[in-house]
Amino acid sequence: MRKLVQSHATEFALLAVIAAICAVLSLTTDSFFSLGNAFDLLNTSSVNIIFAVGLLVVLIAGGIDISFAVGASVVQYVTALILGYIGGGGWMSGLLIAGSLGILLGAFNAFLIHRFRIISIVATIATFNIYFGLLMFFTQGVSIYDLPDWLTDRVVLFEHEMADGTWAEITLPVLVMVICVAATWLFITRTTTGRQLYAFGDNPEGARRFGINIGAMQFIAFGWLGMMAGIAGLIQAHYAQEVVPNALYGRELDVLAAVVLGGARLGGGKGSVLGCVLGVLLIAITQNGLNLLGVSPFAFKMIVGAIILVAITLSNTSIEKLLPFMRGARR
Amino acid sequence: MADIPGTGAKPLLSLHNINMTFGGIKALKNVSFEVLPGEVHCLAGENGSGKSTLIKIITGVYRPEDGAVIEYDGQTYSHMSPVTAQANGIQVIWQDLALFPEMTVAENIAFQTVIGRWPRFVNYRTMRDIAVKALQRLGVALDVDAPLKDYSIAQRQIVAIARALVGEAKLVFMDEPTASLTQSETDHLIEIVRSLSASGVAVVFVSHRLAEVLEISNRLTVLRDGALVGVYPVEGMTQSRVTELMTGKNFDQQVRAKSVRDNPVVLEVKRLSRPGQFHDISFNVRSGETLGITGLLGAGRTELALALFGMLKPRSGSVSLHGKPVRFSSNRDAIKAGIAYLSEDRLSLGLIQPQSIADNLVIASLDRIKSGGLLSDDRKRQLVARWIADLGVKIGRQSDAVSTLSGGNQQRIAIAKWLATDPKLLILDAPTVGVDVGARAGIFEIVAKLAESGLAIILISDEVPEVYFNADRVLHMAQGQIAGWFDPQSCSLQDIEAAVYA
Repeated sequence: MRKLVQSHATEFALLAVIAAICAVLSLTTDSFFSLGNAFDLLNTSSVNIIFAVGLLVVLIAGGIDISFAVGASVVQYVTALILGYIGGGGWMSGLLIAGSLGILLGAFNAFLIHRFRIISIVATIATFNIYFGLLMFFTQGVSIYDLPDWLTDRVVLFEHEMADGTWAEITLPVLVMVICVAATWLFITRTTTGRQLYAFGDNPEGARRFGINIGAMQFIAFGWLGMMAGIAGLIQAHYAQEVVPNALYGRELDVLAAVVLGGARLGGGKGSVLGCVLGVLLIAITQNGLNLLGVSPFAFKMIVGAIILVAITLSNTSIEKLLPFMRGARR
Repeated sequence: MADIPGTGAKPLLSLHNINMTFGGIKALKNVSFEVLPGEVHCLAGENGSGKSTLIKIITGVYRPEDGAVIEYDGQTYSHMSPVTAQANGIQVIWQDLALFPEMTVAENIAFQTVIGRWPRFVNYRTMRDIAVKALQRLGVALDVDAPLKDYSIAQRQIVAIARALVGEAKLVFMDEPTASLTQSETDHLIEIVRSLSASGVAVVFVSHRLAEVLEISNRLTVLRDGALVGVYPVEGMTQSRVTELMTGKNFDQQVRAKSVRDNPVVLEVKRLSRPGQFHDISFNVRSGETLGITGLLGAGRTELALALFGMLKPRSGSVSLHGKPVRFSSNRDAIKAGIAYLSEDRLSLGLIQPQSIADNLVIASLDRIKSGGLLSDDRKRQLVARWIADLGVKIGRQSDAVSTLSGGNQQRIAIAKWLATDPKLLILDAPTVGVDVGARAGIFEIVAKLAESGLAIILISDEVPEVYFNADRVLHMAQGQIAGWFDPQSCSLQDIEAAVYA
């Protein structure tokens, strides 16, 4: 047990913080501690978690991506247009189209980074502007409301009637999220390619001397994020039941903050899927709690900003050092 | 040279007619090289002599020019590839180790198992078994599940060696393996190399530290300017002979010590102590004097120097400069008072590699080149020109980046940077680490000239010959205390070495 705590100190620290926040919110509000609210949190966080596990892979490989959220907007829009063109489609074709488009956009980032040796933050700030600029230019900012029925119909996977007559529901985005999380976990911890990504992020020169294909690593990392972003884009359209070109604009920073909060290191080689999920949940729970406490929504941004600050500060020191009971847990 | 007299052994590796050209410059000229099975072989040569090029040819990183013959383990090749080299048991432990600090020890050692083009599932249990077995073979106990970053450099070195053994190594190259190790860690490493050699693995050792090379190797191959100087048995070799072979120059060192008893005292240290680091240290340094401080790593030499430079606070005792007691609250105070300290890692920390020679040289003395509150380019140029000439630094233009200079010339720039602050006391901590044997002599020429001009100098080194030949008095520190004083004019090098390594 001690060993487990040591090797997953960030995750345990996050769990502790989440537990503390939940305890406070359960005592101060009457609606936080309910199945309905818990399920709601999962439903609303799903898209961000899918983004986050994608971004995690890029961070582990030593890169960073600013463009994935607007990339997802592009994917949403183009997928909606293609679905309209082929006359509807279904979940299978929708996910396939969105995933492939996402991979293409990610591969373009990897191409710029690998072929022209542009550092990833610069390359993706550029593509962030290009993707978003192209999208706004061609769409004139016009939203699409006329989506296929399968895409806008809510799919309830599990429901439970509460004492007060409301329904607590788990919906499709949660299932997709769980699959994406499981796939990413399997990929980065249990496959040789995943371990090569970690090694590449940890010590690129060392990885190169082992004969690891550096170019392939970039394409795989950014391709994986692209695929996750594409899927997240489609799920967000499903959840919102519309495609608004600038709906995801700005989401990249929230997700980045959550992933770094979850223990991923800007600079590569470090980060876990569990930490990443907990990071997103921590921010989501904080927002949810503020909401229930009646704090003005205008304050949310400020508080998320503070969390980003804390996350970046901790990306090098790690959160457990600030918590007295975790001290000494690491050698 | 096919058979070594008395052994009759067939070489494990033999290279002939190796030529390599980079951008019109011949890096290797018709070089031959042989390694016997299970021997410890030293590859010696100055920086740029072609050692690393040769290693990279053997490990398949470079392809030699046509006509090369590489015979390894009964097979003949015209060139190697990294894959064939590794598959046939040729392993390199690079100077920077090429390890992955965030991963576990097990994964670092058995990383070979996750290499390959096509994705497979990782078998952590196999990895763990491989790692445990490799460490057992080295007789080392490490927690294979702990992340590598929890371990010291010396232990990481062992992990790198264990990793090399996983590939069923027959021939292991070690590139400067002891550069960042302490004496006892080096001893442990040498033991490991011996046991490898005893178990039939040939080890090729590349090192600047001649003492340990001579201690450990059976044979020695010397390269100079890309050409083979010769292959020699190590028995009967001396450090100065190897230096001569490597540089082609004769460095018959003379004891420089002189008497400076009549000069005024610059620095007076009385009963200086800092618990756990140094205890009851008293000495003085006179103008024009070079005081040598030697002792094993961990003897408290560097801590003492840092205390004199204001970076560590002594608990008790006093320091006075020119008779006036001083107490520094930071190294800025010490610099202002006229103390300059060249740290051991000056090449990486002391110089800003991408910036120009001129900017590096004046960075600690910007106050001196001000004119009307702003920096004056003219004054800067004059100051730089003066020091470049004084120290005989070979440069192209003042605006060239420091990184374009050789190690020895970079060292001179680092010294010049401090001299430009016009110090009264110059502390040199291991000034020749990472500097070629040939360039070392040049550095000590400068030290002697500076002393002659009246500067007080403290020369710290763990290489006894350096202080013996270049200091006027030698202070031997052990376990934080003064263990003895030596006067090079009236004692032999062996006297001091016997005391230090006792």
